[in-house]
Amino acid sequence: MDIIKTKNLTKKFSDLTAVDNVTFSVHKGEIFGFLGPNGAGKTTTIKMLTTLLNPTAGSARISEFDIIKQRDKVRQNIGIVFQEPALDTELTGEENLEYHARMYGLNRSKRKDRIEEVLKLVDLEEKRRVFVKNYSGGMKRRLEIARGLMHYPNVLFLDEPTLGLDAQTRRAIWAYIKKMNKEEDTTIFLTTHYMDEAEYLCDRVGIIDRGKILVINSISNLKSAVGKDVITLSCTDLNKLNKKLQEQKWISKIKQHDGFLTLGVEKGDEKIPIIIELAQIVGVKIKSISVRKPTLDDVFLSYTGHTIRDEEVKSNSMIGIHPQYTRGKR
Amino acid sequence: MFNTREFQAIYVMWLRQMKRFLRSKSRLVSTIIQPLFFLFILGSGFRTVITLGEGGDYLHFLAPGIVAMSILFSSMFTGVSVLWDKQFGFLQEVLVAPISRFSIIIGRTLGGATTALIQGLIILIIAIGLGVPISSFFGLLLTIAFMILIAFSAVGFGLIIASKMQDFHGFPLIMNLIILPLLFLSSAFFPVTSNETMKIIAFFNPLFYMVDGLRGSLIGFNNILPPLVNLGLVFVICIVMMTIGSYLFNKSEA
Repeated sequence: MDIIKTKNLTKKFSDLTAVDNVTFSVHKGEIFGFLGPNGAGKTTTIKMLTTLLNPTAGSARISEFDIIKQRDKVRQNIGIVFQEPALDTELTGEENLEYHARMYGLNRSKRKDRIEEVLKLVDLEEKRRVFVKNYSGGMKRRLEIARGLMHYPNVLFLDEPTLGLDAQTRRAIWAYIKKMNKEEDTTIFLTTHYMDEAEYLCDRVGIIDRGKILVINSISNLKSAVGKDVITLSCTDLNKLNKKLQEQKWISKIKQHDGFLTLGVEKGDEKIPIIIELAQIVGVKIKSISVRKPTLDDVFLSYTGHTIRDEEVKSNSMIGIHPQYTRGKR
Repeated sequence: MFNTREFQAIYVMWLRQMKRFLRSKSRLVSTIIQPLFFLFILGSGFRTVITLGEGGDYLHFLAPGIVAMSILFSSMFTGVSVLWDKQFGFLQEVLVAPISRFSIIIGRTLGGATTALIQGLIILIIAIGLGVPISSFFGLLLTIAFMILIAFSAVGFGLIIASKMQDFHGFPLIMNLIILPLLFLSSAFFPVTSNETMKIIAFFNPLFYMVDGLRGSLIGFNNILPPLVNLGLVFVICIVMMTIGSYLFNKSEA
């Protein structure tokens, strides 16, 4: 059964189309991820689905309720963890949960039981009477997840759930997300621009760029579409080598992007000598070459023609780092 | 009825304000200390300089003005503090809950007005302790009615400002360029009767009716208009402020 269904969902801000004719559905019980660079339209989509913004065109249904005509029904059935923390820091963790539950109409005994349950789920039982201003970043995020679950939502929206957290805390948050998906049977819709996050958490991923969905599929299907192995190389004449390689049947995909060629192949390590030979034939010198397993980054590249990182470097052009240099530093 | 979502929402918004108010000791102290400074320092400093139309002690004249000032500042601040919630994201959490915006506004206004009234009452009790006379029991009831109306009007005004501003940077500007001049011209600190122009200006100043009404009902002299006339006018001002304030808040996006 599909718990979220959208049809040609569109949002325009004066001259900018933030979300452009987006149609997709999310199955009950799955973890679905929207993957895309900053400014791709992820947060705008979430805001429309959670009734905070009205779509310019198109429609969406959550648990069979229309997001425009049945706002309160939709709101009762969803939980949200915003990108920026939305807690009252002057209150304790428990009070934040308590007030939330009241607004969603839980009665006293239900409130008490449920607070115990969700605090246990995110391991915050001992910090319940501490003011939220004294929480760490990770604890705040956990409390928000707990709060999102308070009213037994069918769907939980997570907008960039691990943005700005350190590596260790991110792992912990991931574990909590997996746990609640399993134990509470909550469908999860999350957005992220981290490849590893989407890869670790999501059953299915939709790749979104500039307001459009490019592809929706399971992680393994997306990866196998790129090829079993990925070879990345740089050389003296990319165009010339690219042309030569286009003739080879065993290369499933070729992408040329800022000084690199990325090829999708099978048995990558055996193909390296062949590529070097081909390069010598056309008189091109190979500067570097490597083979690795495909990542979602490669998937993103093959659908958009650029990597997520490049997109972010471009949007941060004030910093003025050339993409190649950031790549070199890795 | 007490378990309906809307009622709970109003209660939560109110309770939250009360908790924040009682927990923030520095705010509690400063909002009470500041008017007391005004009362004592202005009270003793201007006592010999200012001559009152109907005579009497300057401290008695000043006390209602200070009570009005403390309520005004405090409730305006709670109105504007919607901006904090906007900046720290908490407003979003409230706005996606299955409750109407109307309940949010009511709860917030009640919370702001209650905290302001507590402060106003503390100043009032201190002033009475210092020997400020009470005109009559009915006058005292009228005083409280004025205090409630002032509180609600100021929360409404705060909401208007909050929905027009994006952050807190403009707040001191509004305090210094609008509220302080209005307060000075409201007869809170000195009578406006001495100067004809000042008197005319006062009639265009909403704060004047609040201060004059509070004075007329509490001490019962040195006021210009009868308290009940003031009460009617302040009631209208209050309705206007609350209506515009909640309308703009309703329209503003999170």
